[in-house]
Amino acid sequence: MSTIINFVSNLLQGKSLNVHLNDVFKFNGGIHPPQHKSESTLRPIGKLPLPEKLTLPLRQHVGNIPKIKVQVGDYVLKGQMLAEAEGTVSAAIHAPTSGTVSAIDEQIIPHPSGLPDLCISLIPDGNETWGELRPLDWRNTDKKELVNKLRASGIVGLGGATFPTHIKLRSNGTSNVHTLIINAAECEPYITCDDMLMRERADDVVKGIAIVQHILGAKKSIIGIEDNKEEAMAAMANACIRAELDTITVKVVPTLYPSGDARRLIHLLLGTEIPSDKRSTDVGIQVFNVATVLAIYRYFEFGEPSISRIVTMTGNVVNPQNFEVLFGTPLMSLVKATGAAKADTTHFIMGGPMMGFDLPNTQVPITKAANCIIAAAPNLFTAPPPAMPCIRCARCADACPVNLQPQELYWFSKSNNFESARDYNLFDCIECGCCTYVCPSNIPLVQYYRYAKSEIIAADKATSAADLARERNDFRLARIEREKLERAQKHAERAQLAKESKSDLMLGDSIVVASADTETPSTDQALDKKAIIAAAIERAKATKLAAAEAGVTPKNIENVSASVQADINTIDHIREQAALAEIAKTPTN
Amino acid sequence: MNRSPYIVDAPSVTSIMFKVLLALLPGIAAYVWVYGGGILVTLTLATITAVAAEAALLKLRQRPVKPYLFDMSAVVTAWLLALALPPIAPWWLIVVGTFFAIVIAKQLYGGLGYNPFNPAMVGYAVLLISFPLIMTKWPAPLSLAQAPLSFLDQLHYIFSQALPSDIKVDAITSATPLDYLKTQLMLKHEVAAIREAPVFGVMGATGGEVVTGAYLLGGLYLLQQRIITWHLPTAFLAALGLISLGFYISNPLQFADPLFHLMSGASMLCAFFIITDPVSGPTTPRGKLYFAAGIGILTYLIRVYGGYPDGVAFAVLLMNMCVPLIDATTQPRVFGHHKS
Repeated sequence: MSTIINFVSNLLQGKSLNVHLNDVFKFNGGIHPPQHKSESTLRPIGKLPLPEKLTLPLRQHVGNIPKIKVQVGDYVLKGQMLAEAEGTVSAAIHAPTSGTVSAIDEQIIPHPSGLPDLCISLIPDGNETWGELRPLDWRNTDKKELVNKLRASGIVGLGGATFPTHIKLRSNGTSNVHTLIINAAECEPYITCDDMLMRERADDVVKGIAIVQHILGAKKSIIGIEDNKEEAMAAMANACIRAELDTITVKVVPTLYPSGDARRLIHLLLGTEIPSDKRSTDVGIQVFNVATVLAIYRYFEFGEPSISRIVTMTGNVVNPQNFEVLFGTPLMSLVKATGAAKADTTHFIMGGPMMGFDLPNTQVPITKAANCIIAAAPNLFTAPPPAMPCIRCARCADACPVNLQPQELYWFSKSNNFESARDYNLFDCIECGCCTYVCPSNIPLVQYYRYAKSEIIAADKATSAADLARERNDFRLARIEREKLERAQKHAERAQLAKESKSDLMLGDSIVVASADTETPSTDQALDKKAIIAAAIERAKATKLAAAEAGVTPKNIENVSASVQADINTIDHIREQAALAEIAKTPTN
Repeated sequence: MNRSPYIVDAPSVTSIMFKVLLALLPGIAAYVWVYGGGILVTLTLATITAVAAEAALLKLRQRPVKPYLFDMSAVVTAWLLALALPPIAPWWLIVVGTFFAIVIAKQLYGGLGYNPFNPAMVGYAVLLISFPLIMTKWPAPLSLAQAPLSFLDQLHYIFSQALPSDIKVDAITSATPLDYLKTQLMLKHEVAAIREAPVFGVMGATGGEVVTGAYLLGGLYLLQQRIITWHLPTAFLAALGLISLGFYISNPLQFADPLFHLMSGASMLCAFFIITDPVSGPTTPRGKLYFAAGIGILTYLIRVYGGYPDGVAFAVLLMNMCVPLIDATTQPRVFGHHKS
């Protein structure tokens, strides 16, 4: 409370504490949904008792599944790597506590599909024995080395995107990033994990920012915070002063969903519009979530890999609160820590109410993407009435932060006119849900866009697969043709050679010449073929005979009627003919 | 399952339509005050016809009747049409017009959200072409009529076309100012002299300008409620005002001043209630400006040079045809894209 008073009085006295207020570059649209943030900020960040079992999905990040390094029955220490990053875009998984690997199998994971995926299960031994921790003097270490080390940290973007962090810090020697933006907007309702983190751990966050700024070689850092988080704002501004880092500033942006979207935030803070087909780094800007930089700090300062995160547990629970949760903790443990879910709770949502999804059950583990869990109840999230036709009121277009025309995209998506949807920039849609939020006809617009996107992606994949197949086929045909030509050439050469040798013989041995005289090369070939055919018939007969002797007969032909037997005979005959024709076609060499 | 967002905050289609009806009430009240209660009869007739036709067609098209009927869009269409028709028009005229608007112009195109043309204006155009004589027979304001009809007389007249024995038709009707202006100009009179006639009020028509003002009031309410955006009314009124100003400056003897055009005929009803039909209009902000400006200009040209007393209906329908083109060519620049 005193920080707020300090902050406000400083503001009134004109001491702006490195805080810039509202001189922002606005984007189109956006919405003001009810915040519901105060409920979960009444209590400090809590800790959970160690759960009986941790379930660690291998797929907790964007990119390749990491390679498992342990076996069932292995005893592992806290912080020990269980799976290592595989390929470029991937992240490691570490043991959140010490214990025994009890299973490596498929479990239901917190994903919109609700499908099972490979997980490592860990039974804690309760000792919390740390493995060897290797802090790093980041100031005196080569930047490439730092990035390589981060690859083993398991740190991914904790704002929800879960993109492996080391990829974002790779610079290929010459980084051209001049500005680092720290995303602390936290614009979705209900979610307060970043807010609480900043209030309680501001100094460590600032240290983390300094590290990231150093690795990127950025000249300045801007912390973007929505103006509904006064306490966090003040804490961050004070931390910047304490750290005596004048390259880091706090900039306040108005509370407007979705200001936390990276491209929107960059525009708000700098007025820079990242071109649709480029990344922010192409124009020298990189964005990190506030929790991610804290994780980076802890990794370099203490050697702690990514084994836990702060999760907001809110909604229809007795005491909404933020908790520091070990990855793999079952959702139920988190719910219990808040007291309980109220009686009318229907299910749980992961993420915020604008972009989150239904969790399949209460046993799913907390993962790196889980910034918020909301207990849902009918009175919190009323089911929308049935959708009515679009009346083209264009409220969605007014609300769209990307300045798309959602009503046109809806029309195209609904009528499977995917080409037009693409032309109207469907793939610029960030699925923020603003359009659905304001739709008088209750049309689930975002679902239509997700459907159209997946259809287009699938069609593109099919097209490229077909292209590949066609290329292969063309290549195969070309190869066959080439081989044919080569064979013909070889044949001609051989024939030439034979001719020459015959003429040689003619000179030397008259007997051979006499016999050779009666046989032209063509009759030679014909005789060859005849012999082969005869041999094939013999072989077939022999096979049949052998089969008959061995008592092997085709099934179900004992008691067939005369007509069916006649059919079989006809078919057999045709087959035989076909086989003969095939042999006749085969080049004699 | 990913069915986010879980929260919505939008007025329902029903509440939007309801607010449009609410915004029409001041205009209707003024109408009753100026022309008598007959309009209430035609409004009721149109409403009943619209609801019945909508329900029947929904049933025929095997669509759920209740949700679509309660979206109130049929009632809005009915009211707009009734307000555009002469207030003592015969009952069958109302029924035929409304029926045509709902059945042909709306439901046969797929119902709410799918009609390319403004249903009320389709109904109006059909009536104007089919029954031009009745459609131009407007009652004089009660204050100017030689024999003002009572509500019961008006009711009687709507259903039987019979007047009390001592009153003749000419005694209750008069030319509208737009009509009067046009015919008098053809007789080589000058605007200033023509406007001495009692049908002309301070700005528009005697009485009529009160109704127009009441529409403006309702329109401002719609703006305040964010049911409509500023683009359409502003562009329409600006275009109509500017083109009439241009003509007026070029020859004030031949052309009426802008204020007269803005306050006459269906200008205000058009600006805030008719062209703001979202379904048959464009959706992009720039498209809305072009669309409304086009209607404003066409309205003026039809008024001045066309054969009809007011140009709104045809102007709206003509511009409705251009909507797909307007929408396609006025797409705003998407975030992160260059101007194409």
